[in-house]
Amino acid sequence: MVDKKNILRVKVSNSIGINVDKCYQCGKCSAGCPVSGNMDFTSSVMMRMIQIGEEIIDKQILRSQTIWVCISCGICLSRCPMEIDIPEIIDYLRQCSLEKKMQNKKSERNIIPFHYSFLNSIKYTGRIYEIGVAVEYKLRTFNFFQDLSLAFYMFIKGKLPLFPNIIKNRKHLSFFFKKYKK
Amino acid sequence: MSKIGVFVCHCGENIASIVDCEKVAMRASKLSGVVFSVDYKYMCSDPGQNKIKEAVKKHGLTGVVIAACSPRMHEYTFRKVCAEIGLNPYLCEIANVREHCSWVHEKVEFATQKAFNLVRARIEKVKNNLPLYPYKVPINKIAIVIGGGIAGIQSSIDIANGGYKVILIEREPSIGGRMAQLSETFPTLDCSQCILTPRMVEVAQHPNIMLYTYSEIESVDGFIGNFSVQVRKKAKSIDEKKCTTCGLCYTKCPMKKNLSEFNQGLSYRPAIYVPFPQAIPNNPVIDRNNCIFFQKGKCKICQKFCPTGAIDFEQIDEIIEIKAGAIILSTGFDIKNVDFFPEYGYGKCKDIITGMQFERLASASGPTIGEIRRPSDCKVPKKVVFISCAGSRDCAKGISYCSKICCMYTVKHAMLYKNKVPEGISYIFYMDIRAAGKNYEEFTRRAVEEYGIKYVRGRVSNILLKNEKLIVRGVDTLLNGKPIEILADLVVLATAAVSCKYSEILAQKLHIPYDIYGFFTEAHPKLKPVETNTAGIFLAGSCQFPKDIPESVVSASGAAAKVLCLFSSDELVREPIVAKINKMPPPLFSTCMGCELCIGICPYKAISKEEIKDDNGYVIKSIAHINSTLCQGCGTCVAFCKSKSIDLEGYSNKQIYEEVIALLN
Amino acid sequence: MTQIGFFPGCSLKGTSSEYAQSIFTLSKMVGINLVEIEDWNCCGASTVHNINNKLSVTLPARILTLAKQQKLTEIVAPCAACYNRLCIAQHQLKINKFLRNQLFETFQICIDNNISILNIIQYIEKYIFEKIKEKIIYFFKYPVVCYYGCLLVRPHKILNFDRLEDPQSMDNLMKKIGALPIDWAYKTECCGGGFSVSRTDIVVKLCGEIIKDAINKGAEAIIVACPMCQSNLDTRRSCINNYLHKKTNIPVIYITQAIGLAIGIKKKDLGFKKLFVKPTFI
Repeated sequence: MVDKKNILRVKVSNSIGINVDKCYQCGKCSAGCPVSGNMDFTSSVMMRMIQIGEEIIDKQILRSQTIWVCISCGICLSRCPMEIDIPEIIDYLRQCSLEKKMQNKKSERNIIPFHYSFLNSIKYTGRIYEIGVAVEYKLRTFNFFQDLSLAFYMFIKGKLPLFPNIIKNRKHLSFFFKKYKK
Repeated sequence: MSKIGVFVCHCGENIASIVDCEKVAMRASKLSGVVFSVDYKYMCSDPGQNKIKEAVKKHGLTGVVIAACSPRMHEYTFRKVCAEIGLNPYLCEIANVREHCSWVHEKVEFATQKAFNLVRARIEKVKNNLPLYPYKVPINKIAIVIGGGIAGIQSSIDIANGGYKVILIEREPSIGGRMAQLSETFPTLDCSQCILTPRMVEVAQHPNIMLYTYSEIESVDGFIGNFSVQVRKKAKSIDEKKCTTCGLCYTKCPMKKNLSEFNQGLSYRPAIYVPFPQAIPNNPVIDRNNCIFFQKGKCKICQKFCPTGAIDFEQIDEIIEIKAGAIILSTGFDIKNVDFFPEYGYGKCKDIITGMQFERLASASGPTIGEIRRPSDCKVPKKVVFISCAGSRDCAKGISYCSKICCMYTVKHAMLYKNKVPEGISYIFYMDIRAAGKNYEEFTRRAVEEYGIKYVRGRVSNILLKNEKLIVRGVDTLLNGKPIEILADLVVLATAAVSCKYSEILAQKLHIPYDIYGFFTEAHPKLKPVETNTAGIFLAGSCQFPKDIPESVVSASGAAAKVLCLFSSDELVREPIVAKINKMPPPLFSTCMGCELCIGICPYKAISKEEIKDDNGYVIKSIAHINSTLCQGCGTCVAFCKSKSIDLEGYSNKQIYEEVIALLN
Repeated sequence: MTQIGFFPGCSLKGTSSEYAQSIFTLSKMVGINLVEIEDWNCCGASTVHNINNKLSVTLPARILTLAKQQKLTEIVAPCAACYNRLCIAQHQLKINKFLRNQLFETFQICIDNNISILNIIQYIEKYIFEKIKEKIIYFFKYPVVCYYGCLLVRPHKILNFDRLEDPQSMDNLMKKIGALPIDWAYKTECCGGGFSVSRTDIVVKLCGEIIKDAINKGAEAIIVACPMCQSNLDTRRSCINNYLHKKTNIPVIYITQAIGLAIGIKKKDLGFKKLFVKPTFI
């Protein structure tokens, strides 16, 4: 049987050059993962799901919370006996999920909007403007009251600059975003 | 004038379905020098062989070409047929029209043409063949066994019982090896030492076995039947003839805090020591690196107390030369230590131990007299976690193979623990249970069903220390990758079995191949499992790959049988395919100019310098000389020789040239 | 005066300005002039690679290109995330010829493979410690745990810094200023990193476990070298206390602050005021 081209196992192999069949399901990645408890299925199960190579299961992966909850701490890779770069696979899956608009509904309420707020800050100022990120995140999530007192104390301690620290060559940077369409 | 006979085999349908054998035979019959040509269904069968015999007799053939399967299969058969009828067997050549032709081609027309070409090339070669005669070399019927573990012991006893002398060489002060360190053995749970020590005693008492302990191989020269081995007998600092093994010396030695190798670092031994009570020989040795006298120049307490004056600080290493006809390698294996595992704490936690250390804990002769106690605080562990595949099947750690023995010894450990600590709980983290062996599967099932040992499928990610307990972080992959944390008192790692530390150096001394892991390579993985590529050197036990005890014993007896087989004749017949320096009448003597290039490149050290002297003893010329008994016919010197003075008999430049020309036309 | 390139990163300009302050004070003491890379941009931190892989290489590559243009051969990236991203980008462009050409053709980005990127520990070991050895007057005689986090040590094949598990470099530095580094289990466990805002619950749980072990092992301070770890462990302390059902007051101090104290720099100049959890014992 020849795998279809749009199956994740093939895409992972073609795009980032990782052979998911190297995984023999020892589970060491899941065992060390600090956030496995917050995932809908753990990393080793995810590897098995990719290995199976069926569209329905692929969709489950792309719609999962697993790929967004991963913090990219790298423990799984560092302990994997087969040296499979799971963080890189997950990075790739997140991008697939966004492309296909299959983002996980729960993560769409917190993790994903934060990523976008962060990205926009870089896009417009070149550096992180914390207040800007926070405001945009609140607007995206309607979560207006989160961390207000913390922000206040940080401001008092001089940890939150009032004005953005804008770089000179913003054109260069916005060109990146234009090219990458994001 | 050559009279060549051509015999084309159909090999049933194997050849005939693609190659038109009749046509090949017919076309061959028209070639110059061919006086007889025939095809037949099975040339290797009795009627087929008779056809060859009849033709040789009737036509007075001077050469035979058989178009059939690979020479690896039946060259020996057909050459024997020729020899029986009085034709020199080296005048018989095989054209491989099966593996090289019919099996790999599809079109009859082309395959038939190719088969004919192959036959024609062989005909041209055989026309230039000369009768050759095998060499005979005498056999020195003494065997050397390197390594005195169970494999070496078994091989030695088998050969010695066969009536030949054996010299057993062991690096450590005592024979016994790994098996002596084990507590019980799977799947019967019988005491390892109880079954091993009678064999050790047998070695010591056997009139045909000579034992050199505390000795190492310096160098190996020679070839099958005639090896010459230099052995370094390390100074034991004890006169074994005077020593009565009373043991006073090691009870008095003040330098007692040396980690015991035999107990895997779980206890201490003095600087003058016997590795374990049943050691053979039972004389102590002085570990000079840790002896106060050898380090600081003062002490000699052991000498003062020795009632027989056996202690000899002056002793030096002795190099002895042993002549032997065969060598068996049985150097065994090592295991990875706990410090090999970053995720399990680099060995900094005392309560994470190796399987071998657990063996010592469980052994009645061990540091705890057979009680299972934690190395850190000597408490009896209530919960033990066993981790299999620690390092094995782990490409990231450079060990991609399965160590084979761990599954079984881990379940044995868990059962021993349960027997000794009935209220204790044990977990085994595993990936697969590989229990292929007689009664092995039943053994593991018994552990689960009767002993209540909990198998958890998943690998342990890391181990954290918490209040003298160990948090083992694993996962149950059979429960969808559910994380599991076990608060354990003791963790036992079934660490990977690896080749011995010095195995590669030893292999280089013996000129035998080894794999990337340092295990010695057998000559054929299936059909020559105890032979090496160097004739006369055999493998026994785990130096080839991790083996359990029965497998080690099987291979040891196998290697011994090979040696006995070799020793059963007085002379060794060797193929005459060797390199020869051409000889000329004086004053030239040879075209060899004596550049000596070949001497350096010969991998078998078969070439030396020969001086041609006149009647008065003056050297006229020096040329290369090839020792036919050492030469393996590899042809390296032929290719290197600038003056083209060397030819390989049976494959001379002229023969090859004619063969190639025939193929090109 | 030695001149070394300096990449502060966004954190050091804002949320962890005390880290920047202590680094500058220390550097000044040993006569090193840290030259900030001009017009640097954000490295992408722990976020951009989630959404756009190429951008996550391009952003740090621009920084390295600027460093090259400004003729810097060595740059210090005190923020562990910046250090991590810069090293990964350098590695990616080293092995991926296609990407290298693409970045050059579209964005005129061309980096120098030989620029060495130092994290704060490497910087201290290489340039600072030898010169301040004699100046250590106030031995930092406290039991501490050194917290390395993820980004300094992983991926180990690329960063190749210290030991993968149970690293020692910070512990050794702390030993040298008289501290008693304790062996503990959470040296390289994750603090939750960039989830501080979006998944505070995860961060609080992970940080809670870290702080619990540190206290259990008898530490009086957690020594860090990463602004993200510091901020998660420090500014989120009230939530962490709720999670642990216990009031904890173990301070989270940057390694540069600890060294600064040992050589007698005033607390004011090391930015101690900005810590949320006050190191009352000092």
